[in-house]
Amino acid sequence: MNKVFQSMRIAFRALRVNKLRSMLTMLGIIIGVGAVIAMVSIGSGAADRIKQQIASIGSNVIIIQGGSQNQGNVKTGNGNQQTLTEDDAVAIQEELASVLYASPTQNGRQQVVYQNANWQTQINGVFPDFLAIRDIKVQSGETFTMDQVRSAAKVCLLGKTVVDNLFNGEDPIGQTIRIRKIPFTVIGTLSPKGQSSQGQDQDDLIVMPISTAKKKVIGGRQNNAGTVGQIMVQAREGRTQVALQEIAGLLRQRHRLNQNDNDDFQARSLEEVAAAAEASANTTGFLLAAIASVSLVVGGIGIMNIMLVSVTERTKEIGLRQAVGAKTADILGQFLVEAVTLSLLGGVIGIILGVLSSLAISTFAGWTTLVSVPSIVAAVVFSALVGIFFGYYPARKAALLDPIEALRYE
Amino acid sequence: MAQQDSVLIRTEHLQKTYVMGDQKVHALRGVSNTIDRGSFVAIMGPSGSGKSTFMNIIGCLDKPTAGKYFLDGVDISGLNRDQLAEIRNKKIGFVFQQFNLLARTSALENVELPLLYTTDDKSKFRERAMAALESVGLGHRIDNHPSQLSGGQQQRVAIARSLICNPQLILADEPTGALDSKTSVEIMAIFQKLNQEKGMSIVVVTHEPDIAHYADRIIVFKDGHVLTDERVTQRRNAAHELENWQETQFEEQEPVA
Ligand SMILES: Nc1ncnc2c1ncn2[C@@H]1O[C@H](COP(=O)(O)OP(=O)(O)OP(=O)(O)O)[C@@H](O)[C@H]1O
Ligand SMILES: [Mg+2]
Repeated sequence: MNKVFQSMRIAFRALRVNKLRSMLTMLGIIIGVGAVIAMVSIGSGAADRIKQQIASIGSNVIIIQGGSQNQGNVKTGNGNQQTLTEDDAVAIQEELASVLYASPTQNGRQQVVYQNANWQTQINGVFPDFLAIRDIKVQSGETFTMDQVRSAAKVCLLGKTVVDNLFNGEDPIGQTIRIRKIPFTVIGTLSPKGQSSQGQDQDDLIVMPISTAKKKVIGGRQNNAGTVGQIMVQAREGRTQVALQEIAGLLRQRHRLNQNDNDDFQARSLEEVAAAAEASANTTGFLLAAIASVSLVVGGIGIMNIMLVSVTERTKEIGLRQAVGAKTADILGQFLVEAVTLSLLGGVIGIILGVLSSLAISTFAGWTTLVSVPSIVAAVVFSALVGIFFGYYPARKAALLDPIEALRYE
Repeated sequence: MAQQDSVLIRTEHLQKTYVMGDQKVHALRGVSNTIDRGSFVAIMGPSGSGKSTFMNIIGCLDKPTAGKYFLDGVDISGLNRDQLAEIRNKKIGFVFQQFNLLARTSALENVELPLLYTTDDKSKFRERAMAALESVGLGHRIDNHPSQLSGGQQQRVAIARSLICNPQLILADEPTGALDSKTSVEIMAIFQKLNQEKGMSIVVVTHEPDIAHYADRIIVFKDGHVLTDERVTQRRNAAHELENWQETQFEEQEPVA
């Protein structure tokens, strides 16, 4: 241990003597480690954002979209066909044991007016259970009932942002707002969920019965009464996979699909989607890091080069050390420590640079970045390894010098 | 072989042949010799006669092509690199013509260098190095780098370094070759003191007969053979000469710290 400490002191002295050269030598490692840290932070930042987004939607959620239909051999894309109905949603909830809630949804953007104030927001036409699926709480007032869905009652619940923009501190409950000139009674407000990690306002929405939304609010495009854009389902805890299978079976039966027909819907668990997206974000990050790590190799070669120069320059010193009793391992250790000191120092500066640039990226480009402790540990370990790997050859060369020839070297 | 043998160095038919292409250079052609403990030997001879080659072999820096070398009763030819390094560290101190100090390193740290490769008690390093520097009269220049010291002072640092591990043998290949005459005598005074007070065996290579007469025995090499090997009858005393030194020009003033 003392030996290592001694070698480090010798190494630091040697590096200090040639400050500029040491700095230039470390540059490759600095840039390499900095780039890797920054890239990984972008990747894991994106992955983290996706994870939070999913968490804010709710757990065990399955989304069913209308699928493509074969219309005389012309396939339409997923979601373009309104193959799902409100009754499908009711059936999924009532017939499937693995399902907790199911709600159809039909969304659109509309201008909302209250007295002199107006605001454009997202209208969600849903069943009451939608709030449970999305884990949205009612803050004041109350939610609507299935009876009100059946009667297409003109009632709605407002998100906090809508309240803030339409009602100037007034209590909105019981007030009437107008959407496309049609009056709606506000029966409740929703608990704020805040911004999503993407910076999206999750409180900028209005929730109302789907029947009302379709008839009065969101375009007349879907005159085909009863069809809906998508169905959101919450499976019972741990039974998402079962639910996915049961939903597929039920919908195929309800849609009277033959054995050979493709599904005319697509059901996906949000966790799956999230996991896939997260994985791809991480993969992108690591891919970028891999490209950046090429610079580490270049840095390593730079270290090897400078160590070879250093061994040649200090041939006489090596000979002297050997004459006064340095063994092979002593000289090998000294030069290895010197190489590792170079690469580690470069690594540490690189980490600082990487963290700073990841901060800069999130500040100026607005991307979420996440500098993880494992990536820093990995950077330290990796730069030490680069030092050992590329320092070994020069160090060995030094250690195996013939003492007499080394002493005689000019 | 008995441990308390009075013989420190014994060589038997020592040969060293360098092969360069298809040319063979016979640097040593069979040298058989013994050097006793506590003796002070000067080696002389024309350039290329094999003096340095002989010194390298008895210094365990090099191995003979043929013949045997016993140091302190141990057959050196059977040892590997690291074992030789250990022997050099423990038993031998080297002094070179060009001093060979580490640049940008203080005198004290230069003297400490051999201690890095010992297993000795680390806490005493500083004191031992200080004591060694004081014994060569440089106790006041411990923090100076070699570039801040005169040639004679640098050689004294080198001598302090050579004796830091308490070796039985000090080998000096032309230690005064780069120094003026008074400084040379000062260096020889130090060697004589070490030889007499600490009983260290000293072998010095020199081209100057004057310098050789500070030793008690002179071996002359020629063409890889020992030409003559004689005791010194009128041995010089360096310390005594320095007291009566009659030179006013170029006198080196030791700065007083
Ligand atoms: N590494 C080597 N390769 C080839 N020949 C060598 C080598 N080292 C020494 N020699 C040769 O061996 C012979 C003896 O050399 P050595 O250095 O021992 O002479 P020396 O007596 O020390 O001379 P000097 O007084 O000039 O220092 C010389 O002819 C020299 O050229
Ligand atoms: Mg010589």
